[in-house]
Amino acid sequence: MAVTEQEILAGLGKIINEITGIPASDVTPEKSFVDDLDIDSLSMVEIAVAAQDEFGAEIPDDQLKHLKTVKDVINFIQA
Amino acid sequence: MSTDRVRVVVTGLGATTPLGGDVASTWSALLDGRSGVRPLTEDWVDSVPVKFAGRVAVEPGEVIPRPEARRLDRAEQFALIASRQAWQDAGAPEVEPTRLGVVVGSGIGGITTILDAYDTFKEKGWTRLSPFTVPMLMPNGAAGWIGIDIGAKGGVHATVSACATGAEAIGYGIDMIRSGRVDVVVAGGAEAAVHPLNIGSFAAMRAMSTRNDEPQRASRPFDKGRDGFVLGEGAGIVVLESEEHARARGAKVYAVAAGVGYSSDAHHIAQPEPSGLGVQLAMRRVLADAGLSGADIKHVNAHATSTPAGDVVETIAIKEAIGAHPIVTATKSMTGHLLGGAGGIESIFTILALNERIVPATINVDDLDDGIEVDIARTEPRKLPDGQIAAVNNSFGFGGHNVAVAFTTV
Repeated sequence: MAVTEQEILAGLGKIINEITGIPASDVTPEKSFVDDLDIDSLSMVEIAVAAQDEFGAEIPDDQLKHLKTVKDVINFIQA
Repeated sequence: MSTDRVRVVVTGLGATTPLGGDVASTWSALLDGRSGVRPLTEDWVDSVPVKFAGRVAVEPGEVIPRPEARRLDRAEQFALIASRQAWQDAGAPEVEPTRLGVVVGSGIGGITTILDAYDTFKEKGWTRLSPFTVPMLMPNGAAGWIGIDIGAKGGVHATVSACATGAEAIGYGIDMIRSGRVDVVVAGGAEAAVHPLNIGSFAAMRAMSTRNDEPQRASRPFDKGRDGFVLGEGAGIVVLESEEHARARGAKVYAVAAGVGYSSDAHHIAQPEPSGLGVQLAMRRVLADAGLSGADIKHVNAHATSTPAGDVVETIAIKEAIGAHPIVTATKSMTGHLLGGAGGIESIFTILALNERIVPATINVDDLDDGIEVDIARTEPRKLPDGQIAAVNNSFGFGGHNVAVAFTTV
């Protein structure tokens, strides 16, 4: 069952809000996790594990470091 | 009194304790003689012989936002709550970052994190461990977080000396400022050890009160019927500052942090040395360090934990090293024993006793034990005299650590 970009974005917004306190509305596709959202690498691990639970797409460590923006994660999950 | 070195003053106080979520509510409860000890309601209570403790009056989740709280051990949460209060109380001073330090320790560290994370590891594997597990379990975690919080770049340290931790942290902070390395230090102790493993382990030492039918009467330092300590949790943190720095910014000053005395028993890993000579040495050294005489000391906040072994020996040591005249109190009768947090909150109580010239009474002393020849405050708070006066906070810890910190009126 394919999930839409909007559904993934909403799910990521919720996860990121839960983990970092950043408002879900700030989580938009073009945002960089490090430069725009100020999320550190430890929190990125938490986000990846939570996203895995939510969307069933495992994000290996060697892939995680290449996912710079919210859109990168959305594309990875949809792929 | 020594005049040729940097004088250190106390400009901020912060605490979260079984009696209140801040210093004012805790102090007011102490003066009212209230107990912060409550029956435990957790489902594990049937597995341990002690069914009560001094849980914090205000859960940290009510104060710290959830995204921040989930990456902090409970002890780190207490420490951050207390340090933020202390920092605000000090007026959130502008300090050159390399002239600002932190000394905050814990007796046990992130013990609940360790145990919970091990359960997660066994049940779900390593990938389910929080990436913050290590900084949550390390005993210097609280000091590190506080350093980030206030931007302290002059040195962040964590003392670890069991139940003497908080007092040792304040002593180390005094010495940091005196050495000229920094101008301001946030110092104290925190503990969050109300967990069945800790209760079971202390009970295995036969160190805890099992007065399960009367929890609020269980912590009874100096009383003949005492049968062990009562576990508490929380944090007490102060802002120490060079007098010059504090005066230059017009800070409110609670007291002078006049000196610290250390000694060690080299006797037994967990039992007090029965002659009390080590404890005496710490008190003699604090007098020397602070340039005070025994006659200057009008009040002692005793370590007195309500264990049969320690309390009377400490009073004899006070009489020998300082004299029989100070008004002695044991606030653990109301807060329970905060372990690494004890020296933090009890230094605050000592400072407030001087500042307001009143000593909270020890509660539950129905039948004063034999051999106590010092003046124990009991039944009601006692007034301290006017004029320039001094007081000492004693804190001793498993491992044979003895620490005495002296404060004087401004």
